[in-house]
Amino acid sequence: MKISHHLDDATVVAYAAGTLGEAHSVVVASHLAFCSECRGVVRTAEALGGFLLDDQDASGVSDACRAATLASLDGVARQTAQPQRIVVPDVPSPLQSLIGNVPLDALKWKNKAPGVAKIDIPMSPGSRTHLQLLRIAPGKTLPDHGHGGEELTLVLKGSYCDHTGRYAQGDLADLDEETEHQPRVDSDEDCICLIATEAPTKFKSFWARLAQPFVGI
Amino acid sequence: MMVLAMSGLGEGSGQSGAAARSAALLARVAASKDRIAFAELFDHFAPRVKSFMMRKGASAEQAEDLVQETMIAVWSKAALYVQERGSVSTWIFTIARNLRIDRLRRERSNQYTDIDDYDAISDEPGQDEALHRLQEDSAVAKALAQIPPEQRELLILSYVEDLPQSEIAVRLQIPLGTVKSRMRLAYRRMKKMLESLT
Repeated sequence: MKISHHLDDATVVAYAAGTLGEAHSVVVASHLAFCSECRGVVRTAEALGGFLLDDQDASGVSDACRAATLASLDGVARQTAQPQRIVVPDVPSPLQSLIGNVPLDALKWKNKAPGVAKIDIPMSPGSRTHLQLLRIAPGKTLPDHGHGGEELTLVLKGSYCDHTGRYAQGDLADLDEETEHQPRVDSDEDCICLIATEAPTKFKSFWARLAQPFVGI
Repeated sequence: MMVLAMSGLGEGSGQSGAAARSAALLARVAASKDRIAFAELFDHFAPRVKSFMMRKGASAEQAEDLVQETMIAVWSKAALYVQERGSVSTWIFTIARNLRIDRLRRERSNQYTDIDDYDAISDEPGQDEALHRLQEDSAVAKALAQIPPEQRELLILSYVEDLPQSEIAVRLQIPLGTVKSRMRLAYRRMKKMLESLT
């Protein structure tokens, strides 16, 4: 698969360090399922974590912890292969573990506006991030919006264009906070995206401000 | 204290030797459930995982619970370790990181995804050849020692202190955009230096 839009290096570091928010981690992991290039980049960032782990003070663990660990080994099943997953088209495995082994079309979509439907995917209690699937009909344009915080958008199906380029399956829009964009679906089929946000998306135009409570995205 | 306690610095060959030793021990665990090899891995990594977790805010007790879970995962997953993808330290770092995150989100059933899963199912050529170098923890030490202190500080705040980038911005009283651009620079310099060391 040819991926044209990749992770920002700052996002890679946050993901590898384990400091990225929950919804954003799901989107990054889903992009990695499509993108071997970014997997290599993440591994480099993880090597830094490995070094920093090795560099920690080795002042010791309790004898009880050591004894309990060694004693429990007999009861531990040994893995010999990565678990096999059921392959659902267009659904990367990190998303699959959240929505189940269901094709995207079979999910319960909520219509929000003509040509716009969405699904909220619940995160852990206390998470300040939001994860949603958005389905937009061909030719539809999303209202112009700035970003209320960190936003990651991954295309699962179809494609869209904005001033930063064309995004198709596996492409990730890792836009910084100030970027405004106006994506327009240019595929013949619906475009389905997985989107992580921190705060509710803010629409900028007057029309969009009016539409926001209704559209609810 | 934001400076690195870089005990590994200047001991390049020693770090490399330790990395090779860990890989050999893990191979023995994978091949024949070698408990003596496992105990040696435990004695090297368990205290480091514990310190790492405590730097991230875990109590001694929570840290030891995570040590136990991490080391049991090392035992059960030993056969899945692929040396070409990185050092044993890196592999254990990712196991501990994922377990810690899963515990923080314990209410959820979804687990932090192991990227090794994808390489197993991917039909694309991996990046494995390019990653031989990552086994050399000493190369990481050298690279880390050579980046500017303000960039190194950000990496420590992320990896060790566990601060999200937005909180780093607050802590250092600099804009988030600056945190991100320094983070990118730090990552790129690290990467470039790792590549030039091979």
